[in-house]
Amino acid sequence: MTPRRRRLLLVCGIVAGVAVSTGLALTAFRQNVTFYFIPSQVASGAVHSGEDFRLGGMVTKGSIHRVPGTLEIHFLVTDCTRTVPVTYTGLLPDLFREGQGVIAHGHLNGAGVFVADTVLAKHDEKYMPPEMAKQIEAEHGGVMPFGAEGDRLHTTTQAACAPQSPAQALSAAPPSTQASRGASRSPAAEGPPQASTRLPGGL
Amino acid sequence: MTWTWFHRLGSPPHIYRLATRLTPWFAWPAALIIVAALYGGLVLAPPDYQQGDGFRMVYVHAPCAWMSLMVYTTLAVASAVGLIWRMKVAYAVAASCAPIGASFTAAALMTGMLFGRPMWGTYWAWDPQLTFELVLLFIYLGYMGLRSSFDDPQRADRASSMLAVVGFIDVPIIHFSTTWWNSLHQAPSVLRFGKPTIALPMLIPLLMMLLGFTLYFVAILLVRLRGEILRRERSASWLREAIVS
Repeated sequence: MTPRRRRLLLVCGIVAGVAVSTGLALTAFRQNVTFYFIPSQVASGAVHSGEDFRLGGMVTKGSIHRVPGTLEIHFLVTDCTRTVPVTYTGLLPDLFREGQGVIAHGHLNGAGVFVADTVLAKHDEKYMPPEMAKQIEAEHGGVMPFGAEGDRLHTTTQAACAPQSPAQALSAAPPSTQASRGASRSPAAEGPPQASTRLPGGL
Repeated sequence: MTWTWFHRLGSPPHIYRLATRLTPWFAWPAALIIVAALYGGLVLAPPDYQQGDGFRMVYVHAPCAWMSLMVYTTLAVASAVGLIWRMKVAYAVAASCAPIGASFTAAALMTGMLFGRPMWGTYWAWDPQLTFELVLLFIYLGYMGLRSSFDDPQRADRASSMLAVVGFIDVPIIHFSTTWWNSLHQAPSVLRFGKPTIALPMLIPLLMMLLGFTLYFVAILLVRLRGEILRRERSASWLREAIVS
């Protein structure tokens, strides 16, 4: 074996060793790199009550309810399997909209309501002009002709949210959703990008 | 012999002359393409259906982030070539890459913060992709720090190249972090397996920007490489001859 060949094997060995050990370490610490929990994980007891964590999901359409004269807001966060009610007082990012991704930091109170101290908007990787969004919504019934390979939140909720018929969507939603449907809507949700708010959750 | 050109890549005088000759062929197209891409991205491209005109930050942020990974890949490959074939020019390329890559990484982080505040509602979150990009900045800085802590250039080359090869693990982690873990940052729109998820009129200036940034990187790399070769070969006879003549 020539010295050069030995060095080649050494470098390849180092790369392989680092890759394997990093892979094992990241798999072992998977829970600790979880940036947020989706409602299904919360429902299955992944978080202890009273503990601070981030809740990620889609803002259920028609669930936004503002308390007049205050900055208090109530809405539902869903992954289309389970839903968590959220209450928050404060300023919201512009992209906080119905049917869009959201990541809230806070804790669950005794009544199972998530009391948020921070609310961040999470958008997907799709960029297009407004006319194209309207056209896609008209032609494909809101289903994007793009591939499904997206981030974790959008790929997990897309499967659960997208292919439902209206009847299924209603039965999957908790009673509180329907109760608050038609309640006072936020100006943000009725802003210019109307087409977007009608696209299904993940899209 | 057909491999002559390859062996000449290991020769500092040859690379020095080649770098001098090639620099304008990368610098001028880079300047023209970046100006055209900026006009395309900031003026011609339509606003986004969700983010409005704010999405235009992507034309600086995304190319910076891509370059931070591309420059590191170049640095790691050059380091591995240097380690395996004991090639001085490869070490010089790796050393020249580091400050450029660190600058692109810092630019990606800062433009990302300015992008994140209006869109997400925060400058910073300890999201996996953001965190590992910050780690990449520290790897670049660590590489440069390690190099400068040796007086012997040969030991500096070997030690820092080992760090560069080990640190390469961060590159795929950054790229796939949004699909592997729950994150605030969205998945890649262009560098993905399927079709790009960005509309064509918005995509064209973005790809032009990436091309412009890549050409800019090569131009700056060639300039830095000449400086690096001059510093390393300061007592070599070819250099004295080149200066005298």
